[in-house]
Amino acid sequence: MKTSHRALGTALAILTTATLASCGSGSEPAATGGTVTLSFMTGSDQATVATTKALADGFMKANPTIKITIETQPGGSEGDNIVKTRLATGEMTDVFWYNSGSLLQALNPAQTMVDLSNDPVLANVQTDYLPVVTNAGKVYGVPAASAAGGGILYNRKVYDQLGLSVPKTWADFMANNEKIKAAGITPVIATYKDTWTSQLMVLGDFFNVQAAVPDFAQQYTAGKARFASTPAALEGFQHLADVQAKGYLNKGFGSTTLDQGLKMLVEGKGAQYPMLTVLLPPLLAANPQAATDIGFFGIPGDGAANGATIWEPNAIYIAKTTKHLAEAKKFLAFVASTAGTDAVSAAVQPTGPYRVKGAKLPDNAIQAAKDVQTYIDAGTISPALEFLSAIKGPSLEQITVAVGSGITKPADGAAQYDQDVQKQAKQLGLPGW
Amino acid sequence: MTRQQAGPVTGPGPDSTARHARGASARRRAAYPYAMYLPAAVVYLVIFLIPTGMAFYFALTRWTLFDSTFVGLDNFRDFLAEQNLRIGFQNTLFYAVVTSGLKVVLGLLLGVLLTSKLRLRGFLRSVVFFPVLVSTVAVGITFSMLLAPDTGLVDKALALVGVSGPDWLGGASTALLSVALVDVWKGVGLATVIYIAGILSIPQDYYQAVAVDGGTAWHRFRHVTLPLSWPATYSVIILSFIGGLRSFDLIWTMTRGGPGFTSDTIASIIYKQYQAGFFGLSTAGNVLLFLMVTVIMVPLTYLLGKRQVTT
Repeated sequence: MKTSHRALGTALAILTTATLASCGSGSEPAATGGTVTLSFMTGSDQATVATTKALADGFMKANPTIKITIETQPGGSEGDNIVKTRLATGEMTDVFWYNSGSLLQALNPAQTMVDLSNDPVLANVQTDYLPVVTNAGKVYGVPAASAAGGGILYNRKVYDQLGLSVPKTWADFMANNEKIKAAGITPVIATYKDTWTSQLMVLGDFFNVQAAVPDFAQQYTAGKARFASTPAALEGFQHLADVQAKGYLNKGFGSTTLDQGLKMLVEGKGAQYPMLTVLLPPLLAANPQAATDIGFFGIPGDGAANGATIWEPNAIYIAKTTKHLAEAKKFLAFVASTAGTDAVSAAVQPTGPYRVKGAKLPDNAIQAAKDVQTYIDAGTISPALEFLSAIKGPSLEQITVAVGSGITKPADGAAQYDQDVQKQAKQLGLPGW
Repeated sequence: MTRQQAGPVTGPGPDSTARHARGASARRRAAYPYAMYLPAAVVYLVIFLIPTGMAFYFALTRWTLFDSTFVGLDNFRDFLAEQNLRIGFQNTLFYAVVTSGLKVVLGLLLGVLLTSKLRLRGFLRSVVFFPVLVSTVAVGITFSMLLAPDTGLVDKALALVGVSGPDWLGGASTALLSVALVDVWKGVGLATVIYIAGILSIPQDYYQAVAVDGGTAWHRFRHVTLPLSWPATYSVIILSFIGGLRSFDLIWTMTRGGPGFTSDTIASIIYKQYQAGFFGLSTAGNVLLFLMVTVIMVPLTYLLGKRQVTT
């Protein structure tokens, strides 16, 4: 009897403490007096943290009564789980930074985020950005950083020396490769030790796919269009095999890493590298010449259209559980304004154009970012497939390595990828598969 | 020796009845009250038995960590339809056979060498054993550097004699073999230590008998050391074969199953599915791996154990 009383007492004590503690954390923002505190969860990689700080500092300067506290999540699938769990349990920060495109769909935005459709917050967001932050017809986020191009990074010095011009078709590209090879320079850098880097030839080719088959993304999501049976989509796999078959790749491409590849490109030992422009700004500290030497062009296709595939920036969203909706919206409006992009430009080198109306790249922006801007200004862009469809097969990187190393034939690789996609769709429980 | 021979008894007769009697008497007067077994039983139940049981259930579901839908045997069908499963099975078996085979041969030879009257014997024994102590991931990273094309030490050494080495880990034909050889380098120390123990436990009388009969070193090895170190061979084969079947860490650090799928094993296929968020599917794969290891190891243990009794 005595022990059970004591146990009861202990349990009560614990309960009381827990309740008190939760009360404490709940009422904390009010305790800071006249100011309101917005909590902001962001990613933990260096560029994201720097961008986040620049945005928060810029906003606090303009709005001294609002304070922003930043916390980070580890990124990757671990970060995904944290974001999902905290949204599901109602413990998310007021605003948070997260991927746009297919990953957003997995967060179940209708239940967890504040709908911004037709809200003045979006006034300055470029309209062709909106689809990647839209779920079931409702818009949820604003672009947090600059876009990136996915295509060919090339060494402009090598191009100048050999008198080459930027190729508009795949045939031009291969002709350039022949000349570069004859000059004793590696035409195309491949870094298949970091397997994800092998996907660019396929993913970066999406502009050409869309130019040939405008509704490919919808048909593909519905399970009706396949890579193997769509000639334009098969091209990406074919290109991958072509550069290897012709001997245009660096020696030992199977054990070369991303860092080694970037180094080869900057040093001019390799002329071209299928890659994202995101990778360039971190190089600048050690290789300032990368800012001007490295340019960008979209992967050329066989068709008449010439353009580039864009990786849209991540977005900032408002959690439905926020108690400071007005302040959160004010912050998002700041992010999606030229004041916001200027604040970011002052802190980090943009990897490509901003998706905010009127925002300009700074004069000292890297050449590759300016090249991407040219494509955007001309309107010859398409978001990458992963921003238009929730389905991306997890084995693409292994398949592209196999095709790019000459182990698997392009048509077989595309067929394997179709099966991989089917597996993913089944696991997601999508209709029509 | 006598205990080993009495151990796995398969024959009939007094022994099995004796064990029966012993079991019955043990039940009547257990050494401790049952309550004292409870803590260990709870730990075993919570940490081993329940998760194992749950794995068999979750293998039948589509599972997102938060919720699961029952899908019957779909996961097993999908896993078996996995296009690279054939390569995975072949590679797993190849890897297990190559590593355990080489560990037996090299371990035995090193064991014989290191039990001979050698100067620096203690030092050499520790040198052979040292790789066992190094973390597998560290070994993997180190060898990735050493095996890098052109810049790696191995290719540089080959260049000195005029040979242009292949891209060891990046080439489809060499990747798995390279990893297997590194695995042997790392694991042979343990095999050697087991052999040293086995060889040292052979009574000197047999060697003296060979000497009396005028036998050579070869006779000593062939007719005494080799047959009488069978228990050691048995342990080495079992340990390294199981290790080879579930091999993952070294392959993952060195090649990630690549290039493409050419060095994928069952374990790396399962891991990639887990990484992709297909938790139910990868659990189904684990259940299949469990069954496969059982199907291979139970007869193998039986066979090797029988051999051990007869010798």
